[in-house]
Amino acid sequence: MTQITITLNGERTAVVAEQSLRGLLDHLSLDPRAVVVEVNRTIIRRPDLTSTTLTEGDVVELVHFVGGG
Amino acid sequence: MDTPFSIAGRTFRSRLMVGTGKYRTNEEMVAAHTASGAEIVTVAVRRVDLDRSREEGILYHLDPKKLFLLSNTAGCYTAEEAIRYARLGREAGFNEFVKLEVIGDQETLLPDVDGLLRAARELVKEGFAVLAYTNDDLITALRLEDCGCAAVMPLASPIGSGLGMINPFNIRTIKSRLSVPVIVDAGVGTASDACLVMEQGVDGILMNTALAEAQDPAGMATAMRHAVEAGRLAYLSGRMERREIAVPSSPRAGMLA
Repeated sequence: MTQITITLNGERTAVVAEQSLRGLLDHLSLDPRAVVVEVNRTIIRRPDLTSTTLTEGDVVELVHFVGGG
Repeated sequence: MDTPFSIAGRTFRSRLMVGTGKYRTNEEMVAAHTASGAEIVTVAVRRVDLDRSREEGILYHLDPKKLFLLSNTAGCYTAEEAIRYARLGREAGFNEFVKLEVIGDQETLLPDVDGLLRAARELVKEGFAVLAYTNDDLITALRLEDCGCAAVMPLASPIGSGLGMINPFNIRTIKSRLSVPVIVDAGVGTASDACLVMEQGVDGILMNTALAEAQDPAGMATAMRHAVEAGRLAYLSGRMERREIAVPSSPRAGMLA
């Protein structure tokens, strides 16, 4: 399987080419309902996670709620 | 009878709002939330820690049926950054409310007024209900209201300082001049601080560290709930005039010869 390099939460990370964002979340054991995905500064809404695939050089941020004031 | 506490068309039971940061354990946080009676709780948006992603997230401990989650932009130093965090928070959360913070200085965590106003304008345009954390300056508060903010949140004193309300005059002035709710955010240290804040007539109060760093957060949360209710009731009841002489409470007449 071809690998590509993305930046995932600030770290250069190798992932399978053409992987969907939903696939990435599954691979990381993350619940898509509790995580927001941003790719190249654009938020990918939950219904679009399956149809959106990663490409070389993508900058991906996975965020969620943490304690705060 | 009190008027309802409403922000952007939503009515809330409690005038006390609480944070979710810095608690020693999630159990202590949940106990404090329950004791506080608060309905609105704030949360922050941060990267998922991919090395520890199997840990329970904060949402696991916050029942969205009982609590209204208010996403914040804490830690943002520019308008652009705050707008980005607000959008992520809206996507992560359950409502269009955002507690907008644009910080201008690391040591005092005082707000950057220019960045705050720019971010507020953009977020209002995007349909957010913006609750803007600001300093206790009337002119900034008026401009935030003009921007379309749903509530203005002047500080009692710097975030996490526990110094209480430094300038009651400024807080009263802001409250008297704004039509949108005024919610004092930051600086409350103990119950008397909260009571004094509410006695100024403001609509509500938001606190985090005063509960999280208390030795017994649930006990302090109970005290804060009473303090907020007491301060509100004292304000509504209209305090007596201050006078710098003594006036006896018992009659002068009828004293023995």
